Amino acid sequence: MYGLGLFKGLGITMKNLVSPSRQFNIVQYPNRRASPFDLAKVDNQNPISFIATHPIKTLRSLIGLETLVDRMPQHANFRGEEFAWYDRRCTGCASCAKYCPLGIIKIVTGTSGVNQQEGQSYDIDVFDIDIGRCMFCGLCVEACPYDALHMGSGFEEGKYRRSDLVINVDQLKAAEKKPSTWFRPQLTDRGHDPIKGSTADWDQVGRHEKPSLEDQGERWAKR
Amino acid sequence: MSTIRTEPVTINLGPQHPSTHGVFRLRVTFDGEEIIDVEPVFGYLHRGTEKLAESRNYVQIVTLTDRMDYVASMSNNLAYVRTVEKLADIDVPERAQYIRVISVELQRIASHLMATGFLLNDLGALATPLVYCFRERERILDLFEMLCGARITLSYMRPGGVFQDAPADFWNSLNVLISDFPNYLDELESLITTNEIVLARTIGVGLLSDTQAVDSGVSGPVLRAASVKWDLRKANPYEIYDRVNFDIPIGNSGDTYDRYYVRLQEMRESIKIISQCIEQIEPGPVRTETPFFIRPPVGETYSSVEGPKGELGFYMVSDGGISPYRCKVRAPSFINLTPLKDMLTGWKMGDLIIILGSIDIVLGEVDR
Ligand code: SF4
Ligand code: SF4
Repeated sequence: MYGLGLFKGLGITMKNLVSPSRQFNIVQYPNRRASPFDLAKVDNQNPISFIATHPIKTLRSLIGLETLVDRMPQHANFRGEEFAWYDRRCTGCASCAKYCPLGIIKIVTGTSGVNQQEGQSYDIDVFDIDIGRCMFCGLCVEACPYDALHMGSGFEEGKYRRSDLVINVDQLKAAEKKPSTWFRPQLTDRGHDPIKGSTADWDQVGRHEKPSLEDQGERWAKR
Repeated sequence: MSTIRTEPVTINLGPQHPSTHGVFRLRVTFDGEEIIDVEPVFGYLHRGTEKLAESRNYVQIVTLTDRMDYVASMSNNLAYVRTVEKLADIDVPERAQYIRVISVELQRIASHLMATGFLLNDLGALATPLVYCFRERERILDLFEMLCGARITLSYMRPGGVFQDAPADFWNSLNVLISDFPNYLDELESLITTNEIVLARTIGVGLLSDTQAVDSGVSGPVLRAASVKWDLRKANPYEIYDRVNFDIPIGNSGDTYDRYYVRLQEMRESIKIISQCIEQIEPGPVRTETPFFIRPPVGETYSSVEGPKGELGFYMVSDGGISPYRCKVRAPSFINLTPLKDMLTGWKMGDLIIILGSIDIVLGEVDR
């Protein structure tokens, strides 16, 4: 019968419209409109006492003026921007620069620095990553033998000028360190999840345990 | 009564046209509404991938292959790393092979979903089936994000395996997806397969006979829709495809409808393959230790896999250095465009778009 397919199709569209398991996963970005229940959850109160204590906020949220900042639901393995780089781990070996398919990492080193782990090392004078050309393939992170460079977990690096997209050594040092667990299983093992906001210090990101002082003394004294 | 004098009209479809799936230009000559000549013009998206490969080392080229067929980067990765492994004689651990097959089959589903959605979009079923397809594809992309941190340009595979094992939560999500998917495909089928409008517009349209298909060298779903039972996964099993059971769906007349239906059946077969892989996979290493700078012995090799669009092959020549001397890609989308003129001649303007859509081309791969 002609037209049957049409009705069948409409039925499926209807099912998709109403059935909860078939709903689209809509993420309001960057801010999510918050209901009084969401606000109460953020405040760690039960909704009734929240409404009683914050009548104005409740009213505002009911007409859609209150918003919450939500992180996109992502996996900790996400390879994002803002490389997490630890100057105390980096030896200036430039494996990362050599391995980058685009050659966008620029490293200039000088002598004199003292590395925390193994004694003498180079000072990193310049460490520029041109993330305007970066494709976030992660090969530099894979190449780094000292776990000094990690993929970041952010993606909001919109800038007005291309030159602003070159992140230099000071920015890298000052940045909040939220390394992605991409190619760093040791971070997963330690329960690190940058999407949930955990940060990691330079001595927590290595694939080996830091040797104790006695071990180090032993190792270096015998040389 | 005097007859009206008509002249053939030449029209440019593209290069910027929403239905050409990229920057593809077709010079079509019409006699009234009827197509009498077609001349495809390629090259608008040419980025010189093959030349760029000559100045990169063997691992860095993986990132280039992502950008060829950008809706199925996993398959490109596999085709490429298999060639390097053959060239440099690298073994791949068994677990890595299973993970590769799982991810490639997921990618096949994602790619076929895109093809089906856009075919219907071209048919005039604006947006509704397309967003349904995209919703399910999104779940596969989420799985890829767990697996390798990216959604489109994956760069997951390395010569010698994959760069990291799948995280623990990946397997749960994969199981959920596998159990949901057949229902979803049923739903999609009841929306499309028996719809009278779809049937009227696709059955018998854009016929490609089996001899024509074989003569012009097409592969993949386009070839199988023309009732040629040829699939590299069966004909020349690579990875672990000889350990799983699956069928090769074929069409019977080689029209647009068959090409749609073969893709839909292939998604079901992919689900079958993935669930068998989940049962068979065992713990173990996922990567053979290879040096950063692989130096294969002097020689040349060709190896190909069955990508979502057809036979995807790499031909590589090594001169013993750290980068290939020559790299040639056999891109299925490009070769599947060969019989385009035969398929289009004699059809009306409205059919042009759906015939082109049913071939499922990706311009990143056609132009490379
Ligand atoms: S992520 Fe890739 S492109 Fe970006 S700096 Fe690292 S190696 Fe280079
Ligand atoms: S980040 Fe890693 S690879 Fe790059 S110079 Fe520092 S230690 Fe070497």
